[in-house]
Amino acid sequence: MAEAVVRDLPIAARERRRSMRAFARRKSTIAFVMALPLILTIALLVAYPAFYSIFLATLNKSMERFVGFANFAFLFKRETFWMVVEQSVIFAVSAVFFKALIGFCVAHFVHNVPTRGQRKWRGMLLVPWVIPPAMSTLAWLWLFDPSYSAFNWILQRIGLDAVPWLGNPYWARFAVILVNVWFGAPFFLIMYLAALKSVPEQLYEAAAIDGANWWQKLWFVTLPMMRNIIAITVLFSLIVTFANFDIVRVLTSGGPVDQTHVFATWAFKLGIESGDIPLGACVSLFMFPLLALAAIFILRGITRRGNEA
Amino acid sequence: MTSTKFSRRRFLVASAAAVAAPYIRTSHAAGKLSVGFWDHWVPGANNVLTKLCNDWAAKERVDLTIDYITSQGNKLLLTGTAEAQARSGHDVLTLPTWYASAQAKNLEPMDDIVKPLIAENGNVVAVTEYLGKQDGHWVAVPATPGSQVKGPCARIDLFKKHVGLDLTKMYPAGAPADKALTDRWTWDNFLLAAEKCFKAGYPFGLGLGETTDSVDWVGSLFAAYGAELVDAKGNITVKSDATRQALEYAKRLVPFLPPDVFAWDDASNNKWLIAGKGALIMNPPSAWAVAKRDNPKVAEQLWTFPAPRGPKGRYTPGLPFFWGIWKFANNKSAGKSLLTYLSHRAVVEQLVAASGGYDIPSFSGLRDFKIWAEEGPPKGTLYHYPPRGDETVWIAMSPAPTAIAMQMYAQATNTKMIAKITQGGESIDKAIAWAASELEGFMRA
Repeated sequence: MAEAVVRDLPIAARERRRSMRAFARRKSTIAFVMALPLILTIALLVAYPAFYSIFLATLNKSMERFVGFANFAFLFKRETFWMVVEQSVIFAVSAVFFKALIGFCVAHFVHNVPTRGQRKWRGMLLVPWVIPPAMSTLAWLWLFDPSYSAFNWILQRIGLDAVPWLGNPYWARFAVILVNVWFGAPFFLIMYLAALKSVPEQLYEAAAIDGANWWQKLWFVTLPMMRNIIAITVLFSLIVTFANFDIVRVLTSGGPVDQTHVFATWAFKLGIESGDIPLGACVSLFMFPLLALAAIFILRGITRRGNEA
Repeated sequence: MTSTKFSRRRFLVASAAAVAAPYIRTSHAAGKLSVGFWDHWVPGANNVLTKLCNDWAAKERVDLTIDYITSQGNKLLLTGTAEAQARSGHDVLTLPTWYASAQAKNLEPMDDIVKPLIAENGNVVAVTEYLGKQDGHWVAVPATPGSQVKGPCARIDLFKKHVGLDLTKMYPAGAPADKALTDRWTWDNFLLAAEKCFKAGYPFGLGLGETTDSVDWVGSLFAAYGAELVDAKGNITVKSDATRQALEYAKRLVPFLPPDVFAWDDASNNKWLIAGKGALIMNPPSAWAVAKRDNPKVAEQLWTFPAPRGPKGRYTPGLPFFWGIWKFANNKSAGKSLLTYLSHRAVVEQLVAASGGYDIPSFSGLRDFKIWAEEGPPKGTLYHYPPRGDETVWIAMSPAPTAIAMQMYAQATNTKMIAKITQGGESIDKAIAWAASELEGFMRA
């Protein structure tokens, strides 16, 4: 019956149907269809809020009038805003640097632990990363508590002065960076460990035959082989750290005197607590061009190295 | 093929049912009502409110749902903002302090129920009117749960021993305040008391962070010296002798406070008092209530009373809460009926009792409940907690227009000025200039 119907169709219609079937069978089409639910989810949960926040950023304070870029122009004239920019950069860059450094060193230690004991170490070292940061930061808050700091208790027991961990701007900045490093270093550790395991042993053997010492093996073999993974992890971590909210919010709420605010906490302060949603949206959007710039440079480097290879 | 026969009789029955349907009272004839209340921190307080609401719902035949929303992590605030943006959510929502005025354009006018309530329960304090009335109209109903004042809560024994002042004599339980003693209860003598307690090893626990407890007591201090950062017309008035005086006072007080007060949040002062480390904090009696459980010996020595007086008067910090009905609510009439019911004297008394005396009704005629005279130990500790003397209930940053004041309050402009001149080592002039620049930023429309 179906064959009869097909036979009766005009040639053009049959051609169309065949090409449709071929289109549906193409790998790229199947891949697209399978990825469609994810694309739709991202569109709904990421793209829509992003465009909505751009829309909000163009409204006046009472959200009744379109003001274009006036909110950004206003922000750029505020001293506190530039202080937040500076703090966010200090926070993100120093935290990512130390996370990468600690992750790299610890990955080497773990890599050299005999295989039997390695799983235990890997599991233990991942603990900070698997605890929800709002919870672990609460524990850190108790350690830094203005009146009942456990660290201060120890310092005083050994005859040293108590440290105003969260009351002094410099110590408070140190505290938020420290907690971020503690939380994020295991991510670098696990990525670098995986990268280390994928470096072919023959390269080290060849280097050893050539008389390379430990440092030269690290510099000329390990690092070049890990360059892409380092770039990707740094980019990813930079994005996440720049957008950090929970650690600063729980530990200091941006204080003292706004000196630990980062973009997200400052946006929350302006948008939600001070009732100026458009200005809060502007602050949070300011991260976007900075991160986009960082992403372009880092990804371009990776692509170039890929092409060279 | 089957055919459905629609007889004349069936048509008449169906028509009659359709016409009569709106007039048949089912168990939920007055429709559905969705309410978002503030999640009270006092155990059991929510249960009493739920029971009262359910009694009302059964009588009014309303299908009522109640959500208790915590203020921890600003969840209540986020809920309000999200519902206003989505124009969907609860019909009735608790709006803490500044958020009734902030959401005024999204809220149903409430003149028709607040005015009769004022006639029934007495006037509301000025701060409630300042926050709840916008452009001459009530935008929300003053709520009992959550409304509080933040006078000093101090140690009777330490004040007697180190300051030589009997707090129970100055503000006796069940009787008016002693005029001679309260006349001497000034910010100048407060400073002397702070110094004596500091030297005795029990510093006053007054935060200078960016949360409400810190901003509120500094707001009272500024008001007592007549220091307005922005006036009622929206003019920046921070550059004044009054501000300078208040800051000079703060500069003298800060050395007698714990060194880490710049990092304190709203829990820090409570912990300070409950642990027995300090002689005074400025807070609602939540610290006393927790001390009853965690450190009864300290609780037995606590007394709550009004703030000291300054050159321009005695100002006790007050934070009223409100109940608002969204303009987009589905059942406004049921919402108004519920809020009216919850504001009647007999109901308010039950709510205050359920909160252990923590909640302070905004209506002046509702400040004589026996709970405040009876609570203890020590008995009468809360008698002078509800404002009933010469004090003015005040919110920091008033009388600036609320849209500006809310930003000043959220960004703690007053405590930051003190932090700058003390911890930061800046001059008073520089701190005032900084504040003026910040305030200019808050003026944008």
